[in-house]
Amino acid sequence: MPSTSSSAWSSASDRSSNRSSNKRRRPSKSLLAVLTLACLTAITVDYQRDESSPFEPARGALGDVLGPVQERAAVVARPLHEIPGFFEANQSLRSDIAKLQAENANLRGQLATTSEVRYRAAELDGLLQASRTSGFALVPARVVAVGPAQSFSFTVTIDAGTSSGIQPDMTVINNEGLVGRVTEASRSSATVLLVIDQESVVGARLGSNAEVGFLQGRGDIGGDGRLDLDLVDDSETPGKNDVVVTWGSNNGSPYVAGVPIGSVEAVFSSPREQAKHAVIKPFVDFSSLDLVGVVVNADTEGDRPVIQAGEIPADETDDEEGR
Amino acid sequence: MPLARALTFTLVLLFAVVLQVSFFSFFSYDGVVPNLVLLVVVAAALTRGPELAAVLGFVGGMAIDLVPPADHVAGRWALALVLVGYVAGRVRQDAGRSTLVALGTVAAASFVGTSVFALSGMLLRDPAIPVGEALQVIPTALLYDLLLAPFVLPPAMRMFKRMQPQQQVAY
Repeated sequence: MPSTSSSAWSSASDRSSNRSSNKRRRPSKSLLAVLTLACLTAITVDYQRDESSPFEPARGALGDVLGPVQERAAVVARPLHEIPGFFEANQSLRSDIAKLQAENANLRGQLATTSEVRYRAAELDGLLQASRTSGFALVPARVVAVGPAQSFSFTVTIDAGTSSGIQPDMTVINNEGLVGRVTEASRSSATVLLVIDQESVVGARLGSNAEVGFLQGRGDIGGDGRLDLDLVDDSETPGKNDVVVTWGSNNGSPYVAGVPIGSVEAVFSSPREQAKHAVIKPFVDFSSLDLVGVVVNADTEGDRPVIQAGEIPADETDDEEGR
Repeated sequence: MPLARALTFTLVLLFAVVLQVSFFSFFSYDGVVPNLVLLVVVAAALTRGPELAAVLGFVGGMAIDLVPPADHVAGRWALALVLVGYVAGRVRQDAGRSTLVALGTVAAASFVGTSVFALSGMLLRDPAIPVGEALQVIPTALLYDLLLAPFVLPPAMRMFKRMQPQQQVAY
């Protein structure tokens, strides 16, 4: 503001600020009422959450438009995220190496001395391999957005959608175990409900005795994120460290059978309910999710290669000849 | 001109939502990320008063509710942020323009916003949020919002001041 006009300006400003503060002392209540009503209407309309909700197209459209933007933002954030790692550097890495060497020697000793253990290890390996390769075809995808904890629901966006053959109610896994299921798919992105979400219930089976039960998330994402298992048969007691896998449902939707979920950490029983209640530590680290795979039909055609049952995409030609 | 302004504000809010879920998710603390949309709404409230802030709160809240990976009932964040914008705008009239008041407003806004959202979730059972978890998340979110406020508020407030309609620039 030029100084020559400053006196005129300030007097004008005094007058107008008086006027506007008078006006502002009573901000329009009707606007607040209208906006609050609009919110309540939106909540009411969307409450049933079925396909006919008018917000579903809006969600899809926003997913289509913002999916690529989210992808780019994630690409920018990933390397920044790794910067602290550089500073950890020598000291901790050296102690890590010493620890791992000791552990390695220890394990090697155990393996060499106990042939029975070795045999069982081989067998379990094979079993795991078999469960991994029992016909799962995967569409690889990366996590590009994570729902904030302030929203109290644990969902992520992945960068693959219907154009890669992904549909709602498909199982999402990563190399460690079950991640969740697809709840919504737009053209180039999809929303995945993580198993740790409160709303997520997974039919689960104990690895040791095939007892079935229901796993529910606790809605906690950190290192102590846990799941609760309630067995259908109350007389069974899950053993500690027992592995829990998915029970699976018809057509593998929403969950395919035999995906490892986690291991039993603790078992509680309440005399009143006569039911056993187990706490499961998931194999997947949900706070650092990145590469995941969506289980699809083996003959899915899409804009990105489908990893067929246990094959590495690099030898796709071998795969074709093999079959 | 009003249309251009509305478009700019919408784009700023959408950008804030995308940053919130895609960029800051890499720097989350126990899953909690700074609520950038809330900061933008508070900036609008501090510079332009409750009306614009409430409208921006509605648009920004709807964006949080609808942009994937959101999975809750649409309108819940909108409701929370409309209230935040209105309340923060009312606070501004009584207070001067000191940094401390701005930070206090951010803290109050963050507390009110996250709490209203959590309460609406408890009422609707969408999902049924345990009180313990809410009590854990709300302070973390508050601290993170305060931490980001010095970086987000000044540019946002400058933008809102610059984009004031002509007749009001005079005062």
